[in-house]
Amino acid sequence: MHPAPSIIFFTVFSGLGFGMLTFLGLGKPDVSGFTAFVFFAIAFALAVAGLAASAFHLGNPQRALKAFTQWRSSWLSREACLSVAALSVMAFYAIGVVRFDNRIPALGLIGAGLSLLTVFTTSMIYAQLKTVPRWNQWSTPALFLLYALTGGAFLTGQTSILNWLFPALTLMQIFAWVQGDKLFADSGTTLETATGLGHIGKVRLFEAPHTSGNYLTKEMVHVVGRKHVPILRVIGLLSLSVLPWAGLTLLPFNHVLALVTVLLHIIGAVTIRWLFFAQAEHTVGLYYGKR
Amino acid sequence: MTSLPEYTEKTLGLVIDLDTCVGCHACVTACKGWNTENYGAPLADTDAYGAEPVGSFLNRVHSYEVQPETGPAQLFHFPKSCLHCSDAPCVTVCPTGASYKRVEDGIVLVNESDCIGCGLCAWACPYGARELDQAEGVMKKCTLCLDRIYNENLPEEDRQPACVRTCPAGARHFGDLGDETSAVSQLVAERGGFDLMPEQGTKPVNKYLPPRPKDEQIDILAPLLAPIAEEPAGFLGWLDRTLEKL
Repeated sequence: MHPAPSIIFFTVFSGLGFGMLTFLGLGKPDVSGFTAFVFFAIAFALAVAGLAASAFHLGNPQRALKAFTQWRSSWLSREACLSVAALSVMAFYAIGVVRFDNRIPALGLIGAGLSLLTVFTTSMIYAQLKTVPRWNQWSTPALFLLYALTGGAFLTGQTSILNWLFPALTLMQIFAWVQGDKLFADSGTTLETATGLGHIGKVRLFEAPHTSGNYLTKEMVHVVGRKHVPILRVIGLLSLSVLPWAGLTLLPFNHVLALVTVLLHIIGAVTIRWLFFAQAEHTVGLYYGKR
Repeated sequence: MTSLPEYTEKTLGLVIDLDTCVGCHACVTACKGWNTENYGAPLADTDAYGAEPVGSFLNRVHSYEVQPETGPAQLFHFPKSCLHCSDAPCVTVCPTGASYKRVEDGIVLVNESDCIGCGLCAWACPYGARELDQAEGVMKKCTLCLDRIYNENLPEEDRQPACVRTCPAGARHFGDLGDETSAVSQLVAERGGFDLMPEQGTKPVNKYLPPRPKDEQIDILAPLLAPIAEEPAGFLGWLDRTLEKL
């Protein structure tokens, strides 16, 4: 699949934002006044910037409001509705904490739940697609939730829970890669089933329908950069979890270290999210003799 | 609502004969021509006369080589357009309700004035039947030429999809696949029509007819022309034996 920068930005940063909101909703850290304002401002900025980025790949963004109507059948519509619900509830909660020094735990709990549900619906946009076997597995929502929780815990300074989340995220990411590498073959979809000519013999594309590319080959048959997958996976994991975790555990804590490790974490998340798209193979690639 | 209908009154679709398709691409051109001038936004081309021309098409013809275990490879031309699936994944993923399946005839259609151009339906389609128009930013797909098949301003013989009407080889057929007595249903039963990617669970309406088996012996005189000598004789025989020894 085409790794569009707007979609990578959207999934990574809205995940971080809603992850932060989850912890803030649970009263972690228990802050108030200006400190709380800074925390909420960062969380809202990340979540809203991420959601806004997703609008950049729309052909007709002026009709985006219509995307709130089909929540009964569409994961994308559910995501739109839940993100607005989560942001609204958390906005009221934040006003209470920042302006009136009055934390309403029940409201925070609802906001935290809605924030996590939003991340879940984002992941289901991808996990629901049978056409992209690499995404069509339970570890996709598990991973998106772990990314949001880890990033959220990191940005809200929840170091004790990070000792659980870093290894969980790392192991789940490795599991998703190992599983994902086999899923296209396991799906049973081949050029033989795609053409129905498999009973005669081995099928091969003889001539493409046209000489140049098209929307489908650009959007769904992205093969550039796949050769660097092993090295990018190692760099991604080092930057995402191994180095930040080692830094936080082994080095004396200060704000520069925190900033550097957070940036490393985000660079790792963006790298791996790029791979999430670039490596994903769509069944339509079979018709074009590519995967 | 982008939920799929429980049932459709008719199940209109195409039957494509891989045995007779000659790969002329006339259906591609006829489709582009009709659908650029009629229902919805025109099928735009970008950089049409430049180095990298790209355009939206609702129907494309691939060509595949199939290599049997023995014998020469065989070549098949393979037209592909929307299969108007009964369990269409492109419909349920749509966030706006623009993508829907019609109850009256089962045609899967895009209401372009509701389409935000997110592209998720194209991702959900395993066949590559949907293309986002680069000029209008809306999703384009086969309409089964609903503006021809119900068009009373056209002569009766023209009330079929443009691709079917234009096919010079008679490789494309249009009709109600939900009606067992229809000509297309009988053709499918007779020839063993099949689904593309049945394992994807989309239950496509369009059916493909398999190529008829090739004749085993193409040249009927060949058996009568047995080689005179299996082993080389004379000078060639000597050369063969000498080279073997080296």
